[in-house]
Amino acid sequence: MAARTRDFYGVEPRSRLMLGTARYPSPKILSEAIRRSGCEVVTVSLRREARGERWGEDFWGMIRELGVRVLPNTAGCHSVREAVTTAQMAREVFGTDWIKLEVIGDADTLQPDVFGLVEAARILTDDGFKVFPYTTEDLVVAERLLEAGCKVLMPWGAPIGTGKGLNNVYGLRALRAHFPEVPLVVDAGLGLPSHAAAAMELGYDAVLLNTAVALAGDPVAMARGFALAVEAGRLAFEADPMAPRDMAEPSTPVIGLASL
Amino acid sequence: MRLIVNGEAREVEAATLDEALDELGYGGRVVATALNGVFAPARKRAETALRDGDRLEILTPMQGG
Repeated sequence: MAARTRDFYGVEPRSRLMLGTARYPSPKILSEAIRRSGCEVVTVSLRREARGERWGEDFWGMIRELGVRVLPNTAGCHSVREAVTTAQMAREVFGTDWIKLEVIGDADTLQPDVFGLVEAARILTDDGFKVFPYTTEDLVVAERLLEAGCKVLMPWGAPIGTGKGLNNVYGLRALRAHFPEVPLVVDAGLGLPSHAAAAMELGYDAVLLNTAVALAGDPVAMARGFALAVEAGRLAFEADPMAPRDMAEPSTPVIGLASL
Repeated sequence: MRLIVNGEAREVEAATLDEALDELGYGGRVVATALNGVFAPARKRAETALRDGDRLEILTPMQGG
């Protein structure tokens, strides 16, 4: 089994779990969930702030204290122009050339506009960005994103925030097989640690999730659960799982069976 | 002049982006700016002239997924 890479533009985080920072019950719980999970990469965004409020700066100060690497997103952008401008603003504020590139094509499913995604990826990589594109499992789109300069791909498991897990295991497996050397991250749609383990068992290099942890009754415990599942799934992949078979086969030796 | 700041009409005396941020209460804050949909880098704010009707976006770090 070929060793997969977790080289994300020269960075090799020890943990293969990446977490979003939105929708937690409180900043304290967010901070504790990140620490307990051991994750080293978290996603952040840029938004307008109501006059007189300083929550944005407090949030940014808290993230910096945690010492994790940030992956700013372009969430909510529906056009190439919006995504490119947001990425440029994020690079300045967060001091990183990493960008989780989202160009949303459909408001209901939050499905990526893969045509705009490829175009924006090309513009941003030409401008020195290290692009993490939020994409589908489509092989041809993946090929175009790599041609545009992406060195990581982030196919969805299911639509953002649905918690449905891996909607298209066949497609994700095909993507893994087609690009054995490209770092692949399942991003979005995971609801349970078992979903994350399944992604890792397919040979994915990492998973990125937010809502499944943030909206759990106990986000800190769920963050830990995901961390363990990611580790278990990865170990299983590296251990080369057995092939399933249709017929039963005794695991206890037949030879030496007593005749009673 | 009249600017559209984060979607709201605001009257400002400022002639440059740098001055406008001060006047609007964002002086010294961690913000990124875009003028009429185009990124306006911090290092160029002092020389970025504003015109009546300009659309200014002022964004701050926020939680994200």
